[in-house]
Amino acid sequence: MKPPPFRYSRPESVADALALLEPEAKVLAGGQSLVPLMSMRLAVPEHLVDINRLAGLSYVEVAGGAVRVGALARHAEVLASPAAAAAQPLLRKALRWVAHPAIRNRGTTVGSLVHADPSGEMPAVLALLGGTVRVASTSGERTIAASDFFLGPLESAAQPGELAIEAQFPVLATAGAGTGFAEISRRRGDYAVCGVAVLAWLSADRRVGGAAAAYLSVGPVPVVLDLTEAIAGAAADAAAFPAAADLARGRLRPAADIHATAAYRRQLAGVLTERALLEALAEARETLAA
Amino acid sequence: MSGAGDLHEVRLTVNGAAMVARVPARRLLSDCLRHDLQLTGTHVGCEHGVCGACTILLDGSAVRSCLLLAVSVDGAEITTVEGLAARDGTLSPVQRAFAECHGLQCGFCTPGFLTTVTAGLRATPEPDDDQVRDMVGGNLCRCTGYQNIVAAVHRAAEFTRSPADRP
Repeated sequence: MKPPPFRYSRPESVADALALLEPEAKVLAGGQSLVPLMSMRLAVPEHLVDINRLAGLSYVEVAGGAVRVGALARHAEVLASPAAAAAQPLLRKALRWVAHPAIRNRGTTVGSLVHADPSGEMPAVLALLGGTVRVASTSGERTIAASDFFLGPLESAAQPGELAIEAQFPVLATAGAGTGFAEISRRRGDYAVCGVAVLAWLSADRRVGGAAAAYLSVGPVPVVLDLTEAIAGAAADAAAFPAAADLARGRLRPAADIHATAAYRRQLAGVLTERALLEALAEARETLAA
Repeated sequence: MSGAGDLHEVRLTVNGAAMVARVPARRLLSDCLRHDLQLTGTHVGCEHGVCGACTILLDGSAVRSCLLLAVSVDGAEITTVEGLAARDGTLSPVQRAFAECHGLQCGFCTPGFLTTVTAGLRATPEPDDDQVRDMVGGNLCRCTGYQNIVAAVHRAAEFTRSPADRP
């Protein structure tokens, strides 16, 4: 359970990091997924480029309609940012479910996006909000939409030679919208058996306008569903939304594994959809009451 | 550009003492502490981030030392379980609470719990029961059944907030 040998570089600038990122190299940020993968010999990079000295990438800021998270911002720093929580409450709600505090203290939010684990919370959040990831290489920068970023289990659109610089999570509309997050895991902090992030909004007459949900652990990538057809026009303070749960159970095609059968995952998806939707609508109503 | 077999000099401040180790890049911080620096109080359980036994404080924050490369934390300030008690051996409030409440049996997981709770009570000095369970939720103990560990965290919080109770 030790990592295999590798060459190691610790650049002091983004430009140096990009110059070092040969095709065989892998970026080391928090390492909370990469190091155990290396210890289990599931990942054997020839060269690690450690970006932990690039302090300029540690930022969490709200600008241009998005919460901008730099490549070196730890989950714990994003979680603790009052500005990020005020601009997009879903970040704090979801980050509380990311592993354990000791992992969040080192692991980075951008790193978890690039890692693209389909049971990760933050990929689902980025997918739901329609965020973006900005990547750089020696040949320039490009910005990738969440819908194009998650390609498969542990596979993102960031290519060898590219460094993810920043993720942008769009802010929540100031009034009439809300978010919710719900997840079930065997032990708090473990991988989710199923989880869901919901974004809901009210119509002008303060009834339910619509909602979208992003699911983790039910497919090879985060799965985004539009729940609107099941709930539009309903009373915003309804106690239950069985049609939304039915829609989720009907559309999702989760796989079975050692942790849960497909049928159980589908059942959880329905239950969690309603829970997260109720939380999102309660938040949406509060924004109008205030 | 370094080769895969190169040794790297790693300077750490561990429990207040400046230390230097020359290690290959692949050396886990847990192994650096135990083998290179001879600080075997940090225990290694699962070695892939699940059990929490190897938890240390890195610049004051609890982290898993088996999920860090020693070379990557060059220059950091580290507290291991050996650094929790006072220099004269007086136990810290968390250590005293674990002893008093029987929060350990075999003791293998204890270094990880003590460091985790030390950092946890700094962030949440008056935790309720849910917060206590959340605090230690990432640490496995195969002996105690956790009840006495939860009691010990509450007791440690009492020691920490009312100095009159301190030893």
